[in-house]
Amino acid sequence: MTQIKSRGTVNIATERCKGCELCIPVCKPEVLRMSTNRNKLGMRYPELLPGCTGCTACLLMCPDFCFEVYRYQEPILHEVDV
Amino acid sequence: MSSGSDILQTDAPPSQPAEKLCAFKPDLLLSEDHHLCPGCGEPIAVRMMLEAIKELECSRRAVGVIGIGCYTALTGIIDTDLVQALHGRAPSVATGTKRMLPNGLVYTLQGDGDMVNEGLQEVIHSAARGENITCILLNNGVFGETGGHMTASTVVGQRTKNTIDGRDAKEHGQPILISEMLAQLSGTAYVARCGVFNASQTVHTKRILRKAFQTQLDGKGFSFVEILTMCPTGWFVPVPEGPDYLENVLGSVHKLGELKCE
Ligand SMILES: Cc1ncc(C[n+]2csc(CCOP(=O)(O)OP(=O)(O)O)c2C)c(N)n1
Ligand code: SF4
Ligand code: SF4
Ligand code: SF4
Ligand SMILES: [Mg+2]
Repeated sequence: MTQIKSRGTVNIATERCKGCELCIPVCKPEVLRMSTNRNKLGMRYPELLPGCTGCTACLLMCPDFCFEVYRYQEPILHEVDV
Repeated sequence: MSSGSDILQTDAPPSQPAEKLCAFKPDLLLSEDHHLCPGCGEPIAVRMMLEAIKELECSRRAVGVIGIGCYTALTGIIDTDLVQALHGRAPSVATGTKRMLPNGLVYTLQGDGDMVNEGLQEVIHSAARGENITCILLNNGVFGETGGHMTASTVVGQRTKNTIDGRDAKEHGQPILISEMLAQLSGTAYVARCGVFNASQTVHTKRILRKAFQTQLDGKGFSFVEILTMCPTGWFVPVPEGPDYLENVLGSVHKLGELKCE
């Protein structure tokens, strides 16, 4: 077991997502990945894993305005199986 | 604590104390919903443009003159004053608008088909006259809205609907590099090319837009920003590969940088 820190987080409007995946490679800590489920548009959408820094890169690259980005006052710790 | 293998909940604002760094949409956009394709670069560029206008505190002074292309569909949600121009005529309409409203921040929003094909002389003459306006070009190297055909800025080798084996210089000629062309004119005060193919270049695009608008606010003359944007639909490129294609294929010919800053 180890701990991962999230300094930030995102609110994702998954129902609006068109599944373009532009948000995935710009997330430097690699904490976004595409879902296996699909939304009502029939698209896969991003899901968040622990370790978001609140850098806003995903928001900057999303053509469909699906992200809102927050920075925690105190970082959140997550227990992770290695 | 949560288990790290868990997918975190992201369907609402966080429950723990947190500062909102950035909202879904910029203040000058009325809605997040639009019908542009998955992976289109145009809404990304428009976000940067609207944030730049807001940061310069020009929301109520800004008047956009809009060309005709996919970006025209965003006029229903852009919250600045707007005029719809005929194809390619936006720089001339902006000239008249600025002369009538000298305190306005007058910008055009045009595509490469609109500006570099259909209305090329409009932008050249407006720039040559040194009109105190800001022209913004969304360059994706295709007539996106009408199906992805070659424009005057399509690069050699680029596949489009009517250059299916790639643009061939012998048959179709060489592309026009509009920023380089306009930078030569003594009427232009600021000319720069940028692209929205990654997050840092997108932030840089906003910086360039702010400089261009500031050029106009300072009364220095014609300012021009060319923004390279993804059009995976027009390019026959898988949607996630759009940014790399833009950087490597269009970006290697339409080179990024500030060409003129007076
Ligand atoms: C005078 C005139 N000719 C042709 C058209 C058809 N038309 C509409 S949009 C468009 C393509 C615009 O291409 P571009 O400006 O590059 O914008 P994009 O869709 O690529 O963003 C064309 C040819 C028109 N509306 N008016
Ligand atoms: S804010 Fe940054 S770290 Fe967090 S999900 Fe978005 S790109 Fe990744
Ligand atoms: S960039 Fe936006 S629309 Fe594209 S997959 Fe990510 S959230 Fe969905
Ligand atoms: S055709 Fe190209 S420019 Fe038009 S909305 Fe689709 S991706 Fe964007
Ligand atoms: Mg175009």
